[in-house]
Amino acid sequence: MTERDKILQRIRQALVMPSPKPGSHGTVFGIGAARTAAQSARDWLPQVGPSQGDWVTRFTQNCSELKTEVIVAADAAAAQVQLQRLAAAEQWRSVATHGAGEAAAAAASLGLPVLRTDGGYRAEELEACGAGITDCDALVAQTGSILLTARSGGGRALSVLPPHHVVVARREQLVPDLPAAFAWLHHCYGPAAWPSMITLITGPSRTGDIERILVLGAHGPKKLTVVIY
Amino acid sequence: MKIALFIPCFIDAVYPRVGISMVQILEKLGHQVEFAEALTCCGQPPYNSGYWPEARKVARRVVAGLAEAEVVVIGSGSCGAMLKVCYGELFAGEPEEAAARALAAKCYEFSDFLVNRLGVVDVGAAFPHRVTFHDGCHGLREMNGKAPPRELLQQVRGLELVEMGEAETCCGFGGTFATKYPAISTAMGEVKCASAAATGADFMVSNDSSCLMHLQGLLDRQGRPLKTLHLAEILACS
Amino acid sequence: MNPNAAQFQTDAGRLAADLTHRQRIQSAMAKYYAARLPRQALFRDWQEGRQTAAETKWAALQQLDEHLLAFEKNATARGTQVHWTSTSEQARQVIVDIIQRHRAQRIVKSKVMTSEEIHLNQLLESLGFEVVESDLGEYIQQLKGEPPYHFVFPCMHLSREEISDLFENHLGTAQTHDPEALTMIARRVLRQKYLAADVGITGANFIVAETGMVSITENEGNARLTAALPRVMITLVGIEKILPRLSDLALFLPMLATAGTGQPLTCYNTMYGGPRQSGEADGPEEWHVVLLDNNRTALLADPEQRDALHCIRCGACLNVCPIFKNVGGFSYGTTYQGPIGAVITPHLRGLQDWKHLSAASSLCGACTETCPVKIDLHHHLLQNRRNAVQQGGGGWEGLLWRAFAFVMNRPRLYRLAVRLGRWAQPLQGLVQGEAFDPLQAWTKTRDLPDLAPQSFRAFWAQRVSAPAPEERRPT
Repeated sequence: MTERDKILQRIRQALVMPSPKPGSHGTVFGIGAARTAAQSARDWLPQVGPSQGDWVTRFTQNCSELKTEVIVAADAAAAQVQLQRLAAAEQWRSVATHGAGEAAAAAASLGLPVLRTDGGYRAEELEACGAGITDCDALVAQTGSILLTARSGGGRALSVLPPHHVVVARREQLVPDLPAAFAWLHHCYGPAAWPSMITLITGPSRTGDIERILVLGAHGPKKLTVVIY
Repeated sequence: MKIALFIPCFIDAVYPRVGISMVQILEKLGHQVEFAEALTCCGQPPYNSGYWPEARKVARRVVAGLAEAEVVVIGSGSCGAMLKVCYGELFAGEPEEAAARALAAKCYEFSDFLVNRLGVVDVGAAFPHRVTFHDGCHGLREMNGKAPPRELLQQVRGLELVEMGEAETCCGFGGTFATKYPAISTAMGEVKCASAAATGADFMVSNDSSCLMHLQGLLDRQGRPLKTLHLAEILACS
Repeated sequence: MNPNAAQFQTDAGRLAADLTHRQRIQSAMAKYYAARLPRQALFRDWQEGRQTAAETKWAALQQLDEHLLAFEKNATARGTQVHWTSTSEQARQVIVDIIQRHRAQRIVKSKVMTSEEIHLNQLLESLGFEVVESDLGEYIQQLKGEPPYHFVFPCMHLSREEISDLFENHLGTAQTHDPEALTMIARRVLRQKYLAADVGITGANFIVAETGMVSITENEGNARLTAALPRVMITLVGIEKILPRLSDLALFLPMLATAGTGQPLTCYNTMYGGPRQSGEADGPEEWHVVLLDNNRTALLADPEQRDALHCIRCGACLNVCPIFKNVGGFSYGTTYQGPIGAVITPHLRGLQDWKHLSAASSLCGACTETCPVKIDLHHHLLQNRRNAVQQGGGGWEGLLWRAFAFVMNRPRLYRLAVRLGRWAQPLQGLVQGEAFDPLQAWTKTRDLPDLAPQSFRAFWAQRVSAPAPEERRPT
């Protein structure tokens, strides 16, 4: 008998005695009537307004609390101009990016050496870049989060190893809340083509481990910028 | 209404004024008060210590003794929670389970009874002092919540209610815990007393005399001028 | 008294009287409350959210076997290697085998409470591997040679001055009392560790059956780096962390962040679903998920306390616990401190050895009230007390409670006892608080109230026999 079988057997023996549904005072045992987080999360989570305007406002408010910088531009060209200003202000000497989408185009417009992660890279080189510029799958208004994956974000390290992470996103990528973000993930990747990493990024890296005092850039980027157009 | 009073042992022996005040207030409101003299204790001390058969021996008499009562009013959130919440678990699978649950349904902590059952918030009391309220944990979390005692205190003439920062933090009494882990219990009580004293109140009031016994003991030992009183004692002042 | 209980009394007594410690923890927790309460208030309905989270976990556990099998199937389909381990020893062995097979030397870890549970670091270090904790708090604790003080805030008991000293001694850095500068010192050191590491070890907050993933919640980015750079990734996780569906995280992630630290979401919530896939830029060549039982199935077998396996390790029950705030994290002597530790440790490591933690509670219920997955924590402490007596026999305390019940069930005897007490009290008063005071456990720090000259029942009896006019009952 393998360890796997032994564990499964112990679990099955343990479950012979059912436990009542929480809060039912020992009256409900069937799990059929149980609520699921997946189905009803939206009913309990913080409310987000119905219009895209509400979502933009909420996203921007959350980002400001989280110390994520948000740059709203009129179009792709304007976004590139904004990014060029940022590159000059932050004195980037090289940047890293991926793919062939908005992020790659924006990175190319900077006129700096560009490291691409797509086909593999040396971690030391990526670390030395001034910024990692990525696409994303969605922006989440409810929490001020960026949803990206190993595919939409150029791998696992591009969005976390360089000192500054820049996300280039289109306005229509904004979703109201977390349930919508997970539904979008299912739509994009499920059920068979899941990337090996999916992440919700909510503000620049931080820690409060020393006297519960907030410090940004604990291990990941000290700065996070979202350019939306 | 015919009201059965359940007087826990420490109110009986140490703080009879609390019980007497409850009788006065309920009678003033026009109700008939009965006292089940044969009942001495709810059984919480052995229950909390893990001695459930011994607790059942005591609790069984309470369940039987209050079977005929219309409503049961208890001047302690902690003993109240024992009857209302813990008896169900204590008698789970025992012959008395149904009777215990029936009893639970008609048990009220004193302030909860006045406010939510009788709909009374003004009992005509006057107490011209600055007062802070300590939420006994079981009254707060197992019974009636934060509102009823405060609604009553707000109607008392001349009384100024000031909230302390640690109102909802346990005082550290915890029954036998207070003597099994006296150092922890004392530290918790010190936090509470400091928070209450910081309000500048003259009195720390609660609906649980057991918490107050512990807190008054600490205050006296520390030489703080703050005094403790049970809610019923204030409501009986005019 | 067993040695654990004696040690607890000593440590707890010392810490409870340590005013610097008390002040530091109170102030840290004040910051926690200030962040959490407004965040929780933003939820449309936090209470219903808790109920939903509890029901989701409850239903998941009722089908734990099926969900674990689904996880295994979905994870292995993308090249993940799943290992099942019953004991600490087995889990340690599986991990050591993986490390040795890859001839790895340098290991970087993100926060893994299960590895504290199985004492992994000690073993790896004794075998000559370099093991580095990368979570800032855990790194500080590793330098200090101490386990985490709190399973969410590992070094909350240390001041910046103490951390500065620690860095000076171990890293040779200059003194600074700026938390940012201290953090940057650790960042610089640990960056080199990620880049050099052969193996990354992580924990996990959730196992997602539907997609064969694990979800990791963090703020610093250290888990993301641990899962990105080394060529082998190992995830050690308890079997109870199961969630049936990926979208369940839409509720659990914000609840964990809100209850844990008062954030809307923590900075990084990352779901891993395999080693590097074809077409992906990076990621480990191998990913091993080590599923750990280590007596979780014993807790599962107790329907009364099964809900303790709902725990998402947010740490909220520690943060609100007045016992924790006064005795601190180390006094417990357990991997999991606070109320949840007091509830589950007896199941994981033996009731008779750890029952004292269940006794060391005033049963205030603040833990139960705050728990985002509605674990009935303080009632479980009561059940542990009952189970300990049932299993271990009562001894002298059993006699005492039998006598108590005997007296309380005989009102005349009870009245006599009160009268004797009233009589004996002046004698006790002579030695109040002294070593030979029989009530010293109370009177050492507290005055004892006098028994009333007239009890309530005496008042009542008098009133019934001769009602005073103003006390006559209304008719």
